[in-house]
Amino acid sequence: MTATSVTGAPVTGLSAGTAPPVVTGIGVVAPNGLGVQEWWDATLRGESGIRLVPGYDAARYPSPLAGVVTGFDAAAMLPGRLLPQTDRVTRLALVAAQWAFEDSGADPAALPEYTTGVATSNATGGFEFTHREVRKLWTEGPGRVSVYESFAWFYAVNTGQISIRHGLRGPGSVLVADQAGGLDTFGQARRMLGKGAALVVSGGVESALDPWGLLSHHSGGRLSGVRDPARAYLPFDEAAAGHVPGEGGALLVVESASAAAERGARQVYGQLAGHASTFDPPPGSGRPPGLARAARLALAQAGVAPADVDVVFADAAARPALDDAEAAALEELFGPYGVPVTAPKTLTGRLTAGGPPLDVVAALLTLRHGLIPPTAHVERPVPRHRLDLVRGEPRPARVRTALVLARGHGGFNSALVVTAPSGAPAAPDADRGPRTEPDADRGPRTEEEGIA
Amino acid sequence: MSRTVAITGIGVMAPSGVGRKAFWDLLISGRTATRTITSFDPARFRSRMAAEVDFTAEQSTLTPRELRRLDRAAQLAVLSTRECLEDSGIELDTLDPGRIGVSVGTAVGGTTSLEREYLVLSDSGRLWEVDGSYLSPHLYDAFVPSSFAAEIAMMTGAEGPAAVVSTGCTSGIDAVGHARDLIVEGTVDVMIAGGTDAPVSPIAVACFDAIKATSPRNDDPEHASRPFDRTRDGFVIAEGAAMLVLEELEHARARGAHVYAVIDGHASRCNAFHMTGLKPDGREMADAITSALDEARLAPEAVDYVNAHGSGTKQNDRHETAAFKLALGEHAYRTPVSSIKSMVGHSLGAIGSIEIAACALAIEFGAVPPTANLHEADPECDLDYVPLEARPRDLGTVLTVGSGFGGFQSALVLSREPRGVRV
Repeated sequence: MTATSVTGAPVTGLSAGTAPPVVTGIGVVAPNGLGVQEWWDATLRGESGIRLVPGYDAARYPSPLAGVVTGFDAAAMLPGRLLPQTDRVTRLALVAAQWAFEDSGADPAALPEYTTGVATSNATGGFEFTHREVRKLWTEGPGRVSVYESFAWFYAVNTGQISIRHGLRGPGSVLVADQAGGLDTFGQARRMLGKGAALVVSGGVESALDPWGLLSHHSGGRLSGVRDPARAYLPFDEAAAGHVPGEGGALLVVESASAAAERGARQVYGQLAGHASTFDPPPGSGRPPGLARAARLALAQAGVAPADVDVVFADAAARPALDDAEAAALEELFGPYGVPVTAPKTLTGRLTAGGPPLDVVAALLTLRHGLIPPTAHVERPVPRHRLDLVRGEPRPARVRTALVLARGHGGFNSALVVTAPSGAPAAPDADRGPRTEPDADRGPRTEEEGIA
Repeated sequence: MSRTVAITGIGVMAPSGVGRKAFWDLLISGRTATRTITSFDPARFRSRMAAEVDFTAEQSTLTPRELRRLDRAAQLAVLSTRECLEDSGIELDTLDPGRIGVSVGTAVGGTTSLEREYLVLSDSGRLWEVDGSYLSPHLYDAFVPSSFAAEIAMMTGAEGPAAVVSTGCTSGIDAVGHARDLIVEGTVDVMIAGGTDAPVSPIAVACFDAIKATSPRNDDPEHASRPFDRTRDGFVIAEGAAMLVLEELEHARARGAHVYAVIDGHASRCNAFHMTGLKPDGREMADAITSALDEARLAPEAVDYVNAHGSGTKQNDRHETAAFKLALGEHAYRTPVSSIKSMVGHSLGAIGSIEIAACALAIEFGAVPPTANLHEADPECDLDYVPLEARPRDLGTVLTVGSGFGGFQSALVLSREPRGVRV
């Protein structure tokens, strides 16, 4: 299909006539579940992962709650040699990527050289690792700083470590756009596949909940100060007072439709049919924020009309002004109460770059199961929003097309259209969850010299 | 119809002084800007040198608020953006803002501010549970580096896609490559793109000390960055920024813009080998080069100059030399190759964009910048590295490459503006 932008210029990322890329594998590490099945079950049951941040006296801080991943035993799930060189964020990412590959059944080594890539987003790097190292630097001296600090810290660490572990030698990408960057990775995956890649690991995982990380989240001025985990993060609610941060996210195996078909992929969750990102106009311009424009561009790229959208996974900032702006964008696109809107992230908090990929997974599972997960905890929706907000029980619905929205601090907007797989119905669920694996990685090397 | 990407404006904040002219003057002179670190006392560190950017608040156009609010890397990006916009003559407010995007490369983001704020919040590291009563409202912008892209988008009024590209030391080249993709695919017509980093900060210096990646030649800082020399012993850390105005070529021509060069191709590869180590064979970088040339529809023989990564580490310079031979064949031996890191040091996620600016200026002025400090070539590095002195040369096509932690290998191809209509 060919799409055109509002200005008439072609919108691509894939050449016209090419089937959209497909998601064939999912790995989830979320505050309310490890593994896609455990997380989905918890999401449908309304189990929250929001709690007082453990490990230190978080209650002393103005916003002490977060979505915290629990029961994650990195030592049981990753080769021992990876532990000293990785922050928690990379351990979570490596496990999510491994699960995504196990789920998809794709073997990168069976694909042509240089056609397998990685596109992740990470907004805060290996933060706790760096906290420890910078502390050592200033209390014990430069000689005590870890030999791993240079690469455990930077924003590219997850893409690099995933590419090494799975032998992915094609293009590598890292986009940062606060929360929105996590959704931009799927636009980037489309772009890489359009330029000849066969498979891209795409998504994001975040973790920065050490004391300095938690306070840094708070410094953005958008966290809730409410201390009741069921009342702290209430998007589109009369009591909306900011969000709760969190850790975790999702990584997905995305393949070109032809590559997935050629290898006989055992399942296709859905298609990444269109993506667009925009930036808000400067203050005082008088022009509207860019979220609705991002959605329209993504829909145009997908060749989908707003009337064809069956569900929207909202950004759900939970600041009244931001909720108003998102509700206005949704009303502009779909009319009042025009489409079911939901925010299952009310059970996890906002995971920075990890959040939108988890919403993409929620969208894909909604397509598969015909159940829209609800927006938890919201009891008094703001009437002027005129949203059909899915609350209470999961809502049965025939869903073929989902729109996922994300915004990032500063003015970033991103929109992704996910559509049901074309052709035959998807295969039934397979049981998935945490598991261990033998260490198939290479042995250690000396760290005598870097390259940079 | 295929779309071609033109560079119509260049802004550079490099360690030689403010602006692209001072930058090019340094490159052509073969002088170096590496020196003993001045921004903090480096006495405790193994490598005590850097290439720093000298600008005072009075010299710059930054307001007191911008100086307070913005990390140094963001300040460098803002100043470079102002210069590239002025250079291009583009009037952004006459264009559809949705057709303008922003792509900013950075490897370590707001490190300098983060570390400074950390020392306040932790009482110089004493407190693990940092004290929130000294919290700066600007900490979040240092915490999450996409604030750099937001800043540039806000100042230019761009409403198309905006993002930070953070692929470590290839961020600067990949940010421009990403911008090129967005224009070629038709998403935007104009991109403000480049890279910035200001990592001359104790924690960043300590990181590279820990793995002995940086040079310990502290008694001779001017000659410490020695790419391809037998006596090289690591890179010299640097700060800097380069921002470019990229335009679809017909868009640039329609407004009578000066075109420095066109960006023909870009590709990146992961070596999937090691977070800091390099396989000596250079295969992934070679494939990135081949793929970028394919995208440019150019044969290896078209390359008139290679702007090397040339960091001056033992491993890198051998790896890269092997990659050039693999990708360019015999032509590698006939092609001048040089590393401007010998003069301006290695500014991590900025240097790739600074090198693209150098390549565009090299095409513009018909000269190849030299590799400074190269007196005695490593026998394993046996190409023509343009030692010590710039070389006049008519340049049609230039290749620039980058290599970084995480295994990233990137290549980008620039050419002189084509005459007539391209198909």
